[in-house]
Amino acid sequence: MSSARDRVVVTGFGATTPLGGDAPSTWRALLDGQSGAALLDDDWAADLPVRIAARAAADPADVLPAPRLRSLDRSQQFALVAGLEAWRDAGAPEVEPERLAVVVSSGIGGLTTVLDQYDVLRSRGARRVSPFTVPMIMPNGPAATLALELSARAGAHSPVSACASGAEAIAMGLDMIRSGRADVVVCGGAEAVVHPLPLAAFAAMRALSTRHDAPAEASRPFDKQRDGFVLGEGAAIVVLEAEAHAIARGANRYAVVAGAGMANDAHHIAAPDPDGAGAARAMTIALSDAGLSPTDIAHVNAHATSTPAGDVAEASALRRVFGSATDGIAVTATKSCTGHLLGAAGALEAGVTCLALRDRVVPAIRNLDDPADDAVLDLVRMSPRSLSGGGAALSNSFGFGGHDVALAFTEV
Amino acid sequence: MSDENLLTALGEIVQEATGIPAARVTPAASFVDDLDIDSLSMVEIATMAEDRFHVSIPDAELAKLKTVGDVLEFLAKAGVPA
Repeated sequence: MSSARDRVVVTGFGATTPLGGDAPSTWRALLDGQSGAALLDDDWAADLPVRIAARAAADPADVLPAPRLRSLDRSQQFALVAGLEAWRDAGAPEVEPERLAVVVSSGIGGLTTVLDQYDVLRSRGARRVSPFTVPMIMPNGPAATLALELSARAGAHSPVSACASGAEAIAMGLDMIRSGRADVVVCGGAEAVVHPLPLAAFAAMRALSTRHDAPAEASRPFDKQRDGFVLGEGAAIVVLEAEAHAIARGANRYAVVAGAGMANDAHHIAAPDPDGAGAARAMTIALSDAGLSPTDIAHVNAHATSTPAGDVAEASALRRVFGSATDGIAVTATKSCTGHLLGAAGALEAGVTCLALRDRVVPAIRNLDDPADDAVLDLVRMSPRSLSGGGAALSNSFGFGGHDVALAFTEV
Repeated sequence: MSDENLLTALGEIVQEATGIPAARVTPAASFVDDLDIDSLSMVEIATMAEDRFHVSIPDAELAKLKTVGDVLEFLAKAGVPA
């Protein structure tokens, strides 16, 4: 167990998601069980095999000045909005720039800028391609944007692991503080690829739900009738801080980032290991890193994307790690409401897990009408569930490429 | 287009590209020293000026355009009606 001196705490949380333009509205909507998914009525979507997505509730164009928008990819705009909210929420910590770092990831990066600028190249020629194209498409763009905004000089990093990226960013931030490379790290993920090509590409993998007659019911993790995920967009950023630093400045502390575990399935480039062995290993490592035993865990925020294979593999992994203790662990699946924010998902769910620990309440899994027979878990359904005192929580994130990340959180 | 109209048009371009108020775009203003415009935004401004005034601004010429007045002079020489 870490000593009080070197614990790492979450002191700020910001998010712009399909449920709301900030973290508090997102949290309220999650507790209400709302859905951010809708049918795409854009002309470009008309001929796609999948026309469901969960777009951000607030457009960055309504928040950021127009000239900023011109030089930032939409994922960077989301990162800036959520990052500034998290920074304000943390009380804008006074910290030496050389002790402040940013670790913000994106699963896919500035893809829509690539596609837009390729259109410009073909229609108007090379000299009309935006001079901001390269900084807009680089996968480290969201991290670099925030580092510039906050004058973070201890480093800016972007660990990329598809849909586990946001969680891996938090794991890296934890490492940076523990190893003494920073006192404060702004961590998270951003994603913005609601565009015909990614939709067509995920649809080609048969990874997306095609429940066009009821888009708000399309994302249904652990339900028997689940048929794929719903593409979402947005960003979520947390401020991690050495606890001593946070206490010294009297900062609000949401939760302790008690540990992190990472592993890889090395099984298939996209399909999960059906036994969930890698996922189980990530969780076991996170528990060990946090000095927790399986019976200490009261709540799990599952990765649970609503794909037929993924949810079952995760259920199997949870059983493997927690054994008979599984039955007392309140499991939720944020993506049932938000859709899948890809590289931002892990950070959003980590932030939500901190709020669950703070408020001692776990949001229900939306659309879970008939739990799958092969997902025998204590799934929170119908309405939020209160958490009794003391328990710790895990947030799982997995990504194409076999990436497995688990983050462990405890009460302050 | 009068000199004043050219200046107004250039001010609009600078404001659209960078958010710097058009009123600050005066003939004596240096893009770097006074308006704090970086090289990437300068390329964007040049591209927008090319489209607006139907001229070509070669890179070698762009490098010489240090002030707003330099651009006005370039446009006049390029035959943009003043």
